[in-house]
Amino acid sequence: MPDTLGITGWAVRAARLMVGVPDYDTYVAHRRVTHPDEAVMTYEEFFRERQDARYSFGKGGRFRCC
Amino acid sequence: MTAIVRSNPRGHWALWALIVVIGTISLGVVALSRGEGINAAWLVVAAVCVYLIAYRFYALFIAEKVLQLDPARLTPAQRHNDGLDYVPTNKYVLFGHHFAAIAGAGPLVGPVLAAQMGYLPGTLWILAGVVFAGAVQDMIVLFMSTRRDGRSLGDMIRSEMGPVAGGIALVGVLLIMIILLAVLALVVVKALAGSPWGTFAVVSTIPIAMLMGVYCRFIRPGKIGEMSAIGFVLLMSALVYGRTVSETPELAVLFNWKGETLALAIIGYGFVASVLPVWLLLAPRDYLSTFLKIGTICLLAIGIMIVQPDLKMPAITKFIDGTGPVWSGSLFPFLFITIACGAVSGFHSLIASGTTPKMIENENQIRLIGYGGMLMESFVAIMALIAATVIEPGVYFAMNSPAGLIGTTVGQASQVISGWGFAVTPEMLAQMAKDVGESTVLSRAGGAPTLAVGMAHILSGMFGGQALMGVWYHFAILFEALFILTTVDAGTRVARFMIQDMIGSVIPAFKNTESWTNNLVGSALSVMCWGYFLYQGVIDPLGGINTLWPLFGISNQMLAGIALTLCTVVLFKMKRQAYAWVTLVPTSWLLACTLTAGMQKLVHPSPRIGFIAHAQVFGDALAQGKILAPAKTIEEMSRIVFNDYVDAALSAAFIAVVLAMVFYGVVSIWKALGTSRVTTVEVGAPVGSGVAHA
Repeated sequence: MPDTLGITGWAVRAARLMVGVPDYDTYVAHRRVTHPDEAVMTYEEFFRERQDARYSFGKGGRFRCC
Repeated sequence: MTAIVRSNPRGHWALWALIVVIGTISLGVVALSRGEGINAAWLVVAAVCVYLIAYRFYALFIAEKVLQLDPARLTPAQRHNDGLDYVPTNKYVLFGHHFAAIAGAGPLVGPVLAAQMGYLPGTLWILAGVVFAGAVQDMIVLFMSTRRDGRSLGDMIRSEMGPVAGGIALVGVLLIMIILLAVLALVVVKALAGSPWGTFAVVSTIPIAMLMGVYCRFIRPGKIGEMSAIGFVLLMSALVYGRTVSETPELAVLFNWKGETLALAIIGYGFVASVLPVWLLLAPRDYLSTFLKIGTICLLAIGIMIVQPDLKMPAITKFIDGTGPVWSGSLFPFLFITIACGAVSGFHSLIASGTTPKMIENENQIRLIGYGGMLMESFVAIMALIAATVIEPGVYFAMNSPAGLIGTTVGQASQVISGWGFAVTPEMLAQMAKDVGESTVLSRAGGAPTLAVGMAHILSGMFGGQALMGVWYHFAILFEALFILTTVDAGTRVARFMIQDMIGSVIPAFKNTESWTNNLVGSALSVMCWGYFLYQGVIDPLGGINTLWPLFGISNQMLAGIALTLCTVVLFKMKRQAYAWVTLVPTSWLLACTLTAGMQKLVHPSPRIGFIAHAQVFGDALAQGKILAPAKTIEEMSRIVFNDYVDAALSAAFIAVVLAMVFYGVVSIWKALGTSRVTTVEVGAPVGSGVAHA
């Protein structure tokens, strides 16, 4: 898809994923296709969910390097 | 470029021949020049050529022949796509994510410490280590986890080598975690002790982070960019204002802390940060430190390219015989222990089996992300080595030798160090302290201050000259302290969860991570574990780094040994034993290094190296009622002896873990050889084999 994103767009996406927040639009698009009848988290809910997941153990939680 | 190359095979080979020639010449200059200092650009070019060749040929060989990556096979991101944890992600975006997760303080500290042997031994190990061990480990672990739904290293060891091996590996991971946190916190203590400027800037990050946390939670929810920009501006203001603090006696005294005070403050901070909700302190600080880390690494790379400083440290110093002041022990095995991250880091096996495999779009990207990501980290290590070797060797040794050896005045220090053959005058040492805005640069071991001086040297050559040296120095200290403290926050939490998990298997109620009692008890236990080693390091007469860094190196390489053992077992189980040398060679090398180093730390007759020998010297004196420097009381004497035995026990534990894993590895390989079937436990077969799309 998105070569329309441009260098800055990609850099922003990369920077956000570096701190554990994947692309919201991709999430919304995915939910529309796979679960069209279910509610989609708002961006704020999505952000909180991702933030909690990054620092919890087991789910999305992760180690950090030396 | 690849398109051009593909359409023109002759041009392709000519290009690679050219890279080989340039690489050989640069490496030749780096390896063979003696006497006059060489330009750092040679080192950069040599490293880049080695990386390109390794990536183009060796990594491709591993991808195509050893692992036989299958672009048609569905990855976990495709099978479980949920838009959250499992998301097929553009390979360059994922590369950034993976690199940000693996790059930390390790590649910045190890090479600085290793510089006491000259720039050559460290350079050669960083390059050989990354090509044949580090990047291979990262890539194969990423491959294995991708083929197992993104499962963790511990899970994979359990399923491929049995539950006992899995349990032992988990204990090993907890031990390395504790030592890692202690040694990193010690680096911060060493950098900030008696430095009001640095301490002020670092302490300011706490209210700044909290402000950012509140902003991003309530004021403008989820606006990461705005929040980070505000945080960055405030951080830079704190950095600049730090100079005023250090020059105003009434303010300076508030931030002029001793090592012991700093250690207790960091321990208390670690506890609070582990208990508080993540959005308030941990997350915003993590964002700030991640962006600052990436930015600073880029800045340093640009600085080195533009300034092209000369390396002042000799290629090889006399300290390869093991008598060096920065850390004790001979080239083999201790150089290979001192530089862990940047050459091979076991910790990466936890990250390569963490979030990254859940986001890979296609198996054919494993080479770029796993192998390529590690090459990038290795380049960071090379830059750290350059930063440490562009400063005057005399200044380097003054900064990194313990006070017990060089005394506490510039006069004593310059005399002792000049006696070692590295000419330095008291004026040079005093001037350096003045330039960077510190009261002294003596015995600031731990790597961070040396790196900061080196970075200040390079960056002030680009902007600001002498006048901005102090700002650049404290910028470098702030940048390291910031992401080390983030690691301390996050690591304390992870260690807390691990402890809760382990104790929870005996007392099930303790497993609940939501409970406040469990939270407090777990955090306290976690902080006490690493806090003990941190405090011990701070009061250690030899400066702590001397004792703790080798333990950290041994544990990190031990974990790499475990991960590579697993890789080897899996290759045998996949019936790819013809290629098993790819992992067997680095595994054997790491086992040789960790076991030799572990044994030497345990039973070496010299009290400078062996913990038991050291305990005996102090124990004998104690029995006769004598007090040996630096201890001042009988209590301190007994504490030193006790700590030595704790460290010895830890070394013994590392050795036991390694030997146990080797045993289970050999058993698993033996079983795999006894059957003609493929016995790996992969999930998700190639497309068309009937596995449903989740």
